[in-house]
Amino acid sequence: MADLNCNFAGIASPNPFWLASAPPTNCGEQIMRAFDAGWGGAVWKTIGEPITNVSSRYSSIDWAGQRMMGLNNIELISDRPIEVNLREIAEVKRRYPRHAVLASLMVESRREAWHEIVKRAEDAGADGLELNFGCPHGMSERGMGSAVGQDPYYTHMITEWVKEVARTPVLVKLTPNITDIRTTARAARAAGADGLSAINTINSITGIDLDTLTPRPNVDGRSAHGGYCGPAVKPIALNMVQSVMADPTAALPLSGIGGVATWQDAAEFLLLGCTSVQVCTAVMHYGYRIVEDLADGLSQWMDSKGFRTLDEVRGLSLPRVTDWKHLNLNYKIVAHIDESRCIGCDLCHIACWDGAHQCIHLDRVEGPRDGHVELHTTPAAHTARSLGSIAVTPIPRLDPPREEHGPYQAPLARIPRVDESECVGCNLCSLVCPVEQCITMQERPTGEAAQSWEQRVAEAGTHTATETGD
Amino acid sequence: MATSVPYEEHPELAARFPELHPALTAQHAVMEANRCLNCFDAPCTAACPTHIDVPRFIKKIATHNLRGAAVSILEANVLAASCARVCPVEVLCEGACVLHHQQQEPIAIGRLQRFAMDTFYAAGGRIPQRKATARSQSVACIGGGPASLACAAELRQQGFAVTIYERRALPGGLNSYGVAQYKLRTADSLREIEQIRALGVTFATREIATEADLKELESSYDAIFLGVGLGAMHKLGIAGDGAPCLVDALEFIESYKLGRREDVGSHVVVIGAGNTAIDAAIAARRLGAQTVSVLYRRGPQQVSAFDFEIEHARHEGVTFLWGTLPIAIHHAPEDERTTLECTRVEVNRHGDFVLTADSNFTLECDLIIPAIGQSPLLTFLQRVRGLQIEKGRVVIDRASGQTTHPRYFAGGDCVNGGREVVDAVADGKRAACGIAAALGTAKEASHG
Repeated sequence: MADLNCNFAGIASPNPFWLASAPPTNCGEQIMRAFDAGWGGAVWKTIGEPITNVSSRYSSIDWAGQRMMGLNNIELISDRPIEVNLREIAEVKRRYPRHAVLASLMVESRREAWHEIVKRAEDAGADGLELNFGCPHGMSERGMGSAVGQDPYYTHMITEWVKEVARTPVLVKLTPNITDIRTTARAARAAGADGLSAINTINSITGIDLDTLTPRPNVDGRSAHGGYCGPAVKPIALNMVQSVMADPTAALPLSGIGGVATWQDAAEFLLLGCTSVQVCTAVMHYGYRIVEDLADGLSQWMDSKGFRTLDEVRGLSLPRVTDWKHLNLNYKIVAHIDESRCIGCDLCHIACWDGAHQCIHLDRVEGPRDGHVELHTTPAAHTARSLGSIAVTPIPRLDPPREEHGPYQAPLARIPRVDESECVGCNLCSLVCPVEQCITMQERPTGEAAQSWEQRVAEAGTHTATETGD
Repeated sequence: MATSVPYEEHPELAARFPELHPALTAQHAVMEANRCLNCFDAPCTAACPTHIDVPRFIKKIATHNLRGAAVSILEANVLAASCARVCPVEVLCEGACVLHHQQQEPIAIGRLQRFAMDTFYAAGGRIPQRKATARSQSVACIGGGPASLACAAELRQQGFAVTIYERRALPGGLNSYGVAQYKLRTADSLREIEQIRALGVTFATREIATEADLKELESSYDAIFLGVGLGAMHKLGIAGDGAPCLVDALEFIESYKLGRREDVGSHVVVIGAGNTAIDAAIAARRLGAQTVSVLYRRGPQQVSAFDFEIEHARHEGVTFLWGTLPIAIHHAPEDERTTLECTRVEVNRHGDFVLTADSNFTLECDLIIPAIGQSPLLTFLQRVRGLQIEKGRVVIDRASGQTTHPRYFAGGDCVNGGREVVDAVADGKRAACGIAAALGTAKEASHG
């Protein structure tokens, strides 16, 4: 079995799965239940001068019948007294000495205030500190949270204050609500931070109630922008994690956050250089129990790939991310449809015609023909033919059976065909196809040596090539 | 001329005939709608005789655009509420669903359509009236069943004056009188017909039977649509055929639907194994029969009922006696006992029926329901001069519904020999377009 033990800049935990600073880490009772369920660490719900919250606080995006593809919140930091939180940290550490407990902190931007909260948190027994420079709503209006994290100067200044007194590792939690997340990551690193966590939530308005015309969540007829998280934000988080970890002046041990709900998500963050991951929305949706498959699935995958420790996994995909200008222009793939798997939904046909490059045709019966778009029957003509046909209800055993339509499960007329001479290998058809492994992208060797845009331009000896791109 | 139809549902009916496919709840409908792949040029749409744009209305349900869903369905099929209930979707839209190829349940298209239509009508929705210039020509539709209703509605939408001539008190034909109550309630059929009346279609309760009647219509109308359906059910033609406990399947279904029959006795025998026979057999069980036997001279491989209908009947406790032929009804007036004498029969390799020797047996019965098909209305149809009839069916041009008498168009059971409501609706609508085209041409010609 793979060893999931995690060492994050000196903070040890039995696995890399930490609860993010959020409602699931509101109090000691919750965190102890989470540790019992299998979580390796927890970042305490941000501690600071207690606030007053509003109701309601959350809203979400559902998609095609699935709930909470994205979650938005306008809840502030902890509403509990600082001393209560600190007392409970001590209690949790006493009972769970092997688990990681990090204190998330946010106080007003005064050196003395930060010095005091750092000392108190460490005295309580926190294994590390996470500076909440990311909260995008409410607190930022009071000069805290993302108001700090959006300005490299303030990020640097407060991180430095904290490092003046901190004895445990200090993580700076980065906000994504910034043009280039590397600028604040560099500031944190320059100020001596031991690690980073990213991303915090993304500024959002999830939607508007079309009856009341009030955005959600509705607080007495009005709303305010909140912070967006959940599965929907994972691609944004992965990109930001990659951009930080690929920059030697920004990279630090990183705790990846943003839409982690499955072990696959976690593995992706690790592969882009994260040392641990933090989870919130999936726990708010299903409870602490999800950690069982996070750990089990990751462990099974590591075993199947021969990875023994997290260190062996970390960052393996980073070298495979590059700038567009280095991609090989002479690599060619085309779509291939497995006729025996096709169910005849023809979504690839319409996606290719209306959304891509008009090279998937319904011409197996009338005879395949390759070439430019004008040679082919248009989607509208196909539809018109169906609507003009006369269909009747078949009477069993009296009407002749429906005519045989070919060797596959779907009628031949409904199995699309790829014109490889026109296919640009964009992937779209394979993305819309509802059947696994039905449309695969296959390489067609071009016989030409690999050549990137950068190389092509250099060989042409000019930077004013006529080719355009987007 | 009645503006609305007198009908009151018998209080027992709802209890005895709960709906076979209950309505979907709103959330279930949206979940089901979200399963739909939204196929391009969808096979379900192609399989529907009225070519309802299925993915279009289903995706409207998914976006909670319920009015839009119903309106888009009505564009294709004006009897969408009843079709949603009575269509054999297993061999139509749902049978064509591509999810079958993925070993998944097809989308519940029929129930989604019903959800859209019921929600629309419950909210007071009306069939949207198209903007059309009023036409001077008028059309008569003979028969008030689905074919005529669809034809009349479409002609009305195109601006023509239309009158439906129906001989019976309730319009709707089999929709009102002849469909199993657990599929379509008479009240629901009538509610839908009121929608067509509201479009401005005139309903006349009058039988068109004689040559004089036809002459009268020919002189008053520019075109005539024959939506007369089929005639009386075939007689058994065996000894004792006139016994008092004998009632044909359509008469039986009509009598219980209208509350005229509440009791069927203990033992019921249904003869024939088509879809109507199944409807009658199941109804007999629900009305309290202890045994219901369906007799069919051939085997289960030859029945014309849909497989799911046979399965449903078995589930309701109906027994099938294959290879069984009724040969005589014995009625004893003294004790009111009736028995049906039957024999086993086989089909030899020449296709002839051969009675099995010494296989006679008798069945005790309180009710015998022959369901061996309807005969065409030949006597009436032959009164239309020049109307070509083949194998009892009116010959038409499939695309326009035009008969061999250029002013007569036809559709529904009198053309197809007896299929589904949705086939009649498709026929009626195609004929309406055929009539409109013919009258448009005629008008232009007269002005030319």
